[in-house]
Amino acid sequence: MSGPADGSALELLSGVVLVCAVVTLWRRSLSAIVKALGVQGVALGAVALVLGVAHDDGVLIAVGCLVVMAKGLAIPALLGRVVAGDPDSRETAPVVNVPASLVAAGALTFLAYGATAPVVALVPTAAGRLIPLGFATLLIGFFAMAARRKAVSQITGLLLVDNGIALVAFLATAGVPLLVELGASLDVLLAVVVLRVLAVRMTSKFGALDLDQLRELHD
Amino acid sequence: MLALAVLVVPFAAGVVVAAVPWRRGIGWLGTASIGAVLAGGIVLAARVVHGPVVTAFGGVLRVDALSAFMVVVIGTIGVLATWQSVRYLSAEIAGGRSSRRHASLYGALVQGFITAMLLAVLAGNVGVMWVAVEATTVITTFLVGFRGTRGSLEASWKYLVICSVGIAMAFLGTVLVYLAALHVGHHQHANLDWTSLMAVSRHLDPGVLRLAFALLVLGYGTKVGLAPMHSWLPDAHGQAPAPVSALMSGVLLTVAFYALLRFKAIADGALGPAFPRVLLVAAGLVSLAVAATMLVAQRDYKRMLAYSSMEHMGLLALGAAAGTPLAIAAVLLHVLGHGLAKGVLFLTSGEILAAEGTSEIAQVKALLSRRPALGAIFGVGLVALLGFPPFSLFVSELNMLRAEFQVGLGWAGAISLVLVAVIFASLVSHGRHLLLGAAPEGEEARATPAVVTVPLIGALLLCAALGVVAWPLGGLLHAAARVVAR
Repeated sequence: MSGPADGSALELLSGVVLVCAVVTLWRRSLSAIVKALGVQGVALGAVALVLGVAHDDGVLIAVGCLVVMAKGLAIPALLGRVVAGDPDSRETAPVVNVPASLVAAGALTFLAYGATAPVVALVPTAAGRLIPLGFATLLIGFFAMAARRKAVSQITGLLLVDNGIALVAFLATAGVPLLVELGASLDVLLAVVVLRVLAVRMTSKFGALDLDQLRELHD
Repeated sequence: MLALAVLVVPFAAGVVVAAVPWRRGIGWLGTASIGAVLAGGIVLAARVVHGPVVTAFGGVLRVDALSAFMVVVIGTIGVLATWQSVRYLSAEIAGGRSSRRHASLYGALVQGFITAMLLAVLAGNVGVMWVAVEATTVITTFLVGFRGTRGSLEASWKYLVICSVGIAMAFLGTVLVYLAALHVGHHQHANLDWTSLMAVSRHLDPGVLRLAFALLVLGYGTKVGLAPMHSWLPDAHGQAPAPVSALMSGVLLTVAFYALLRFKAIADGALGPAFPRVLLVAAGLVSLAVAATMLVAQRDYKRMLAYSSMEHMGLLALGAAAGTPLAIAAVLLHVLGHGLAKGVLFLTSGEILAAEGTSEIAQVKALLSRRPALGAIFGVGLVALLGFPPFSLFVSELNMLRAEFQVGLGWAGAISLVLVAVIFASLVSHGRHLLLGAAPEGEEARATPAVVTVPLIGALLLCAALGVVAWPLGGLLHAAARVVAR
C-alpha cells in the first residue's frame, strides 16, 4: 500500500460490497435486489482499480474496468429483463423472514472473521485486514440461496458468492493471473446467461419463477 | 504438438458438427474425432510413461503420466458415448422429438464437453484447470436439459446452481493456495503452475492451506458427487440423454476427482498426510452411506446407476485417502474400470428406456428373455460393477482396501465393506427384477442390432481383460501414481 488514503478508499469500497449483500437480504423487491447487485459490482471493480493504481499494475486496472462493465452493468441488465418479465417480481414468502435473515447476516460476518484469521495473519497489509468482508459476502450469498424461493434470488445469491470470492482474490493477492481471471469472469458470465435462459424456459413451462415448482424429481 | 492436437481435433469437430445440418455421417465424424483423441492419448502415454513430461505453450499444457492416463480414459468412454449418440439422435429425429438443428447442437456440445474435460486434465496450471472444469458445467447443463421436459429442465437448473456454488468454492480454494505460494520466498516467481506449487509445497502456510484444501474438497467434491453436495447427481444423470449420462458418470466425475488428486499432493506437502486423509475419509464414508440408503428402495433404474456412481466415488475418496502409490494406482485403475462398466450400463439403460418407454424398475421385467442381447449386456455390466472377478473393478477395489489397511485406515475400509455389502444386495435385487422372470405369453424375444451390442461387448471384454492382465496399463498406472504419491 502506498499510503493511508488507499487504505481508507479500500475500506469504504469493501464496506459497500458487504452492505450491498445485506441489502439483498433486506429488500423483497427483486428489481431492488438486482440494483444492489449492480452497485456491488461497481464497488468491486473500483477495489481492483484502486489496488491497480496503488501497485502501478496496468493489468489489474484493465481487470477492474472489465469487472465494472460485466458485474456492474451487463449482468444486472440481463437479470433486470428477467425480473421485468416475471408477473410477480417480489420475494413474498422467503423461507427465512427478513428480520431473521438480517440477524443471520450479522452472525455470518462474525463467522467470516473467525474463519479467515490464518489468511489475515499471512497478509499484514491494509487490504489484508479487509479479507473477512469478502468472506462475509460469500457466506451471505450461500445463505440467500438457501433462504429464498425465487429463481432470480438463487442467481443473485450465486453472484454474491462470486463477488465475495473476487473481493478476497483482489485483496489477498492483488488479483490472480490474468488468464485465470479472464477465464473465471467469462465462466461466471456464461453461467448467468445459461441460468437466465433456463429461467425464461421455466417461466414458459411452469408459469412462474418460483422454486417451489421444482418438485418433479425425487426418490 | 500432440498435446495441442488432442485438444484441437474435438474442438474443430465440434465447430464442423455445429455448422452442418445433422446427418448420420456427421455423427460418425464425431466418433472418429474422439477415436483420434484416444489414439493421441495412447501415443502420449507411451511417450511420457518412461520419458520426460511433455509441455506445450510454455507450460500452459503439460502432460505427465497422470494426464496421459486421464486422456486415455476420456477417449475410451468418449468413443463409446459418441458411437451410441448417433443412434440416439437418429431415433429422436425419427420419433419427432428432436429436429436436425437440435441434433447438430447436441453433437457440437458433446464435442465441446469432451474438449473441456481434455483441457482440464492437460492444463499445467491449476487456474486453467479450474476454468475448464467450470466450462464442463456450463456445457453439460444444456445437454442435461436437452429433452426439454419439465423434469430435465428442473434437473439442469439444480445441476447448474449447485455445481456453480461448488466450483466457486474450489476457485476460492485455488486463490488461497496462490496466496500461500505468494508468501513463500521469491515473490515474483509465484504462479499457479502445478509444478511450481509442488516445488514450494513444503513451505506453504499450513493455516491457509488447511482452509484452502477444505474448500477444494467441498468444491471439486461437488462435481465428483461426494456428499454433502451430491443432490444434483441423481437428477442430472437420470434426466440427461443416455450417452451424456455415460460421459458424465463415466468420466466427468473422475475428471473432477483428478483435480482433487492434484491438490491433495500439494496439501500432503504442506500439511502432511493426516489432514487431507481425515477430509477424504469423511467425504468417502458419508457418500457411501448416502448411496446405500438411497439404493435400498430405489424405483428408477437410471437413478440407481447414478447413486451407484456416488458409491464408487466414495470408494475412490477412501483409496485416495490411503494415498500410497499402490492405492493411487488402484484408484486410477478403478477410474477406468468404473468408467467402462458404468458407461456400458448407462448406454444400455438408454436402449432399455427407448424400448420400454419407462425408467421405473417396477415397470420393466424379464429383460433376459424378452430382449436377450440387451438384458445380457446389462446383466454382465452389473456383475462388473458389483466387483466380481475377472473384471478390473475386483482388482482395484481389493488393492484400495489393502492399501487402506496398510496405512491404518482399516476401520474405514471395514465400514466401507459393510456399506458396499448393503449396496451389493440392493443392486442384485433390483437387477433380478429387471432381468429375470418369464416373458408374457405370446411375446417374442426381440433382437438388438449389432451396431449397439458390439461396442458395448467390446467395452466389457476390455474391462475383464484389464482385471486379468496388467499389461500394457501396469507401467502407466504406476508412473501416474508416482506423480501424486510417494
